[in-house]
Amino acid sequence: MSELEANHAEEPHIVSPKIYAMIAATLLICTGLTVAASYLELGPWNAVVALGIAVFKATLVVLFFMHIKYSSNLMKLTVGAGLFTFLALVGMSMSDYISRAWGSF
Amino acid sequence: MDSPTVALHESTHSEHPSYQRHHFVTMAQQRESASFGMWLFLLTEIMFFGGMFTAYLIYRNWYYPAFVAGSHTLSIVLGTTNTAVLITSSFTMAMGVWCAETRRRGGLILSIILTLILGLAFLGIKSVEYHEKWVQHHVPGLRFDAMSFVHPKAEPGQPAEPGLPLDMAQHTEVYFSLYFAMTGMHALHMIIGMGLLIFMLIKAIRGAYDNGNITFIENFGLYWHFVDIVWIFLFPLLYLISRHQ
Repeated sequence: MSELEANHAEEPHIVSPKIYAMIAATLLICTGLTVAASYLELGPWNAVVALGIAVFKATLVVLFFMHIKYSSNLMKLTVGAGLFTFLALVGMSMSDYISRAWGSF
Repeated sequence: MDSPTVALHESTHSEHPSYQRHHFVTMAQQRESASFGMWLFLLTEIMFFGGMFTAYLIYRNWYYPAFVAGSHTLSIVLGTTNTAVLITSSFTMAMGVWCAETRRRGGLILSIILTLILGLAFLGIKSVEYHEKWVQHHVPGLRFDAMSFVHPKAEPGQPAEPGLPLDMAQHTEVYFSLYFAMTGMHALHMIIGMGLLIFMLIKAIRGAYDNGNITFIENFGLYWHFVDIVWIFLFPLLYLISRHQ
């Protein structure tokens, strides 16, 4: 019966509705903030602020709505590996385009 | 799988739920495997949308004035409303997962219905925006005219935007191509998601999830939240960041 006991020991973590509601409220507030920030004249910082808030919102969704905060290390590593691969591919593509005209200015 | 609800065939065979596959030692292992597989699928989705995001970044740098002018034609009010609608639908879906985990059939059905309604509202608002693009001749390939960017008309109560040179005005077509590709792919994911929601709704009404076999709901939740995340990035990139240039 040890396997059955192990089953019970590893019941999945159930995220409470209270946490879901708090996260949803935070996401809606952040949406308001990012719209408000877009009406301010910040020059190049407009894009930085908007994307910063978007990254924060996406992180909340992944951690709480998608349960990664309460998941095993395998799941955390999977998400991290995906993020790393995405950033590496975008970063390398962008570095090509940024450096292509180098020396011809 | 083919055993009764609680199987106790032999002394070596421990109790387990009927939906635990025999190649898994524990339910925890089965859950972990299903979740892992779903995440691997979502990673391929990140790469798929990532390609379009990269194209957007590169073309935005090349044809910056055209992207600014194109972005100014979008409605911030509709975009913000849609963001709020989608975030709320993510919340109702998260509540659906919670109801399934705690075996509340009524709550699960209600959550799925609310998620469906909010998804429909999102697509409805999106179609209003698409219709506006059609009226304004901003649909690349089908109905496009760059002249409105060469000689912009003044909005009521606002000064007219400065016009673009003709060659740059024609590059607004690139902006709208990416706009339709990205929001269209996102909308397609929502339509597929709503098909799956209807499927889950029918099964939930029949009580298919009452025994705790809710892998499908949990994985669909991951998918729906992923679609939400894509929009969380599309909204500032397409609607917001060029407001002031």
